[in-house]
Amino acid sequence: MAARVRKAAQTRPRERPVAVSKTSSAVSPKSGANGAVTSKEAAAPSKDVQLLMYRRMALIRRFEERAGQSYGQGKIAGFCHLYIGQEAVGVGAALACAATDYTIDGYREHGHALARGADPKRVMAELYGRKPGYAKGKGGSMHIFDVEHRFMGGYGIVGGQIPLATGFGWASRYKRDGTATVCFFGDAAINQGAYHESLNMASLWKLPVVYVVENNLYGMGTPIAVSNAITDFSKRSGDYGIPGEAVDGMDALAMYDATQRALARAKRGEGPTLLEARCYRFRGHSMADPQTYRTKEEVEDYRTHKDPLNIMKGHLAKLGVGDAELEKIQSEVNAEVDEALKFSDQAAEPEGQDLYEDVLGH
Amino acid sequence: MPVIQYREALNQALREEMSRDPNIFIMGEEVGAYDGAFKVTQGLMKEFGKERVVDSPISELGFVGLGIGASMVGLRPVIEVMTWNFAILAMDQIVNNAAKVRYMSGGQLHCPIVFRGPTGAGTQLSSQHSQMLEAQYAYFPGLKVVTPGTPRDAKGLLKAALREQDPVVFMESELLYSVKGEVETGELVIPIGQAEVKRPGEHVTVVCWHRMIYPALEAATKLAQEGIEVEVVDMRTVRPLDLPTVLASVRKTNRCVVVEEAWPIASVGSSIVDAVQREAFDDLDAPVIRLNAKDVPMPYNKKLEGMYAPTADDVAAAVKKVLYIG
Repeated sequence: MAARVRKAAQTRPRERPVAVSKTSSAVSPKSGANGAVTSKEAAAPSKDVQLLMYRRMALIRRFEERAGQSYGQGKIAGFCHLYIGQEAVGVGAALACAATDYTIDGYREHGHALARGADPKRVMAELYGRKPGYAKGKGGSMHIFDVEHRFMGGYGIVGGQIPLATGFGWASRYKRDGTATVCFFGDAAINQGAYHESLNMASLWKLPVVYVVENNLYGMGTPIAVSNAITDFSKRSGDYGIPGEAVDGMDALAMYDATQRALARAKRGEGPTLLEARCYRFRGHSMADPQTYRTKEEVEDYRTHKDPLNIMKGHLAKLGVGDAELEKIQSEVNAEVDEALKFSDQAAEPEGQDLYEDVLGH
Repeated sequence: MPVIQYREALNQALREEMSRDPNIFIMGEEVGAYDGAFKVTQGLMKEFGKERVVDSPISELGFVGLGIGASMVGLRPVIEVMTWNFAILAMDQIVNNAAKVRYMSGGQLHCPIVFRGPTGAGTQLSSQHSQMLEAQYAYFPGLKVVTPGTPRDAKGLLKAALREQDPVVFMESELLYSVKGEVETGELVIPIGQAEVKRPGEHVTVVCWHRMIYPALEAATKLAQEGIEVEVVDMRTVRPLDLPTVLASVRKTNRCVVVEEAWPIASVGSSIVDAVQREAFDDLDAPVIRLNAKDVPMPYNKKLEGMYAPTADDVAAAVKKVLYIG
């Protein structure tokens, strides 16, 4: 992923208008009140990395669409929170990480796992509750872990992963191993005590953690303006004396740039950063969500004007990547997801004795 | 053998294990510069430095979760909760993350971490500072819950906890910190999950743990003068429960009293009684009696506080009742 160092400003995409939600005006990307992280050291991604971004985003999109279908067929049960529409956040941030950096997430995490390089066969098998799944069929949709790729899991309690990320940061500093952590959480988690307690300690001890709040404008079905005294989340780093920056979360390059700068800052020992990824989910909160809290027009507006895959296509076009190359990637991705579905359909169920495995070590 | 306080035994365990393993660090409220609210960590910051003995904000959910995260990536945190009363704020992290991450990740991750601090009755500290909370944690698969009553057990079990691969809830007692007992110098590791017969006897089995071993032993001494030999079984660990030791004792004495400082509903003692009646029904000569704290929050008034938990007289009366001589 070594990229030639250029000034980020030269490769920053033209800022696109962001569709304005009926419920919030806080959607246009702008720097937080506490000063954006300096962009001087940011390296724009190479063409190869940008192609990989597109591939991973296309993989997530296709994977999630097919997971949604499988849910409808009853092959996936429990809750299933799809990431469609937010692919640029996870992919942009994940590709800014070094292989040894940690990422951790809430429960909309299949996308983040795939963004980090997890095997779609094993992610899908986990959704299917099968033994080759990442948690041997015992985690399901909300608990995908791929520790080999330093993807430290999906967690089902809103905000509960934020102290864990802070602990990874603590360990990085304790061991002085040069690693850092990117912690993803949804906008609703920012009102949890876990967030506030963690940011206080991370700032106090200058821990190498990048906190990424994915502001998709709704906590389940509640618009952010109904549940937040301050809807400009980039300003909610202020109490802790750390930078907060709003990023266009529909644009993978913007996410890559901001995450890379925040990671560099973290690794210099300057402490944590809060990134507010302003994004939108195209599907409901979960498969059980009838979406009565927002209009079809609003969803269509985002799908038409802010689809992260289309935005990425725009970047690649500037690099001379034509439709034929993208279609080839798309068909490869489709085949990969088809294979994941076939693999999961045929994968073995856990055995009865597996029920008791991994409760305690032996 | 040297006679030391319970708190000194814990301090020895921490010092010895920190010297052995550089991945162990201690974090908690006032554990460092103040030397610990109950002086368990006395001198450790001076000896091991601020990197390894860390004063945290009063922010239980945050630093408990931080410790769990650190344990997931290779460190061995000792997280001191000033009292387990305050850890209720951090329960989500302990029960939803530490206890379950091994299972939820299919064995990819685990949490070698020790959460420690005092639980149980205090000294007129009223309702929010005096409660016995072991059942809260014993409830959850994925945790080990240790409740040492003597200085020797405190040292040996804490050293074992610091070598565990799983999260350990280590419950001390404010009222036990100054209790003295014989403790070996240096290496002493007592396996987690093994009960100990603290006093052998043939007429009645009294099962207890934590602070309740003292009224149990006191009652046994008194009853011995009347010719009643009580076998006192100290569980030492309430998850996993060493039921074979309890059942062996009951099969010998045919009578059982369970004494716990906790409230009666959904308690650890209720699980022990359940196992005894199921596994040793034919060996019982009387129904099992269970003694508990009164089913009310702890009162402040000294007289009322004294009525709260089982006493040696309560234990003696229960023993006589299962012998049908009460």
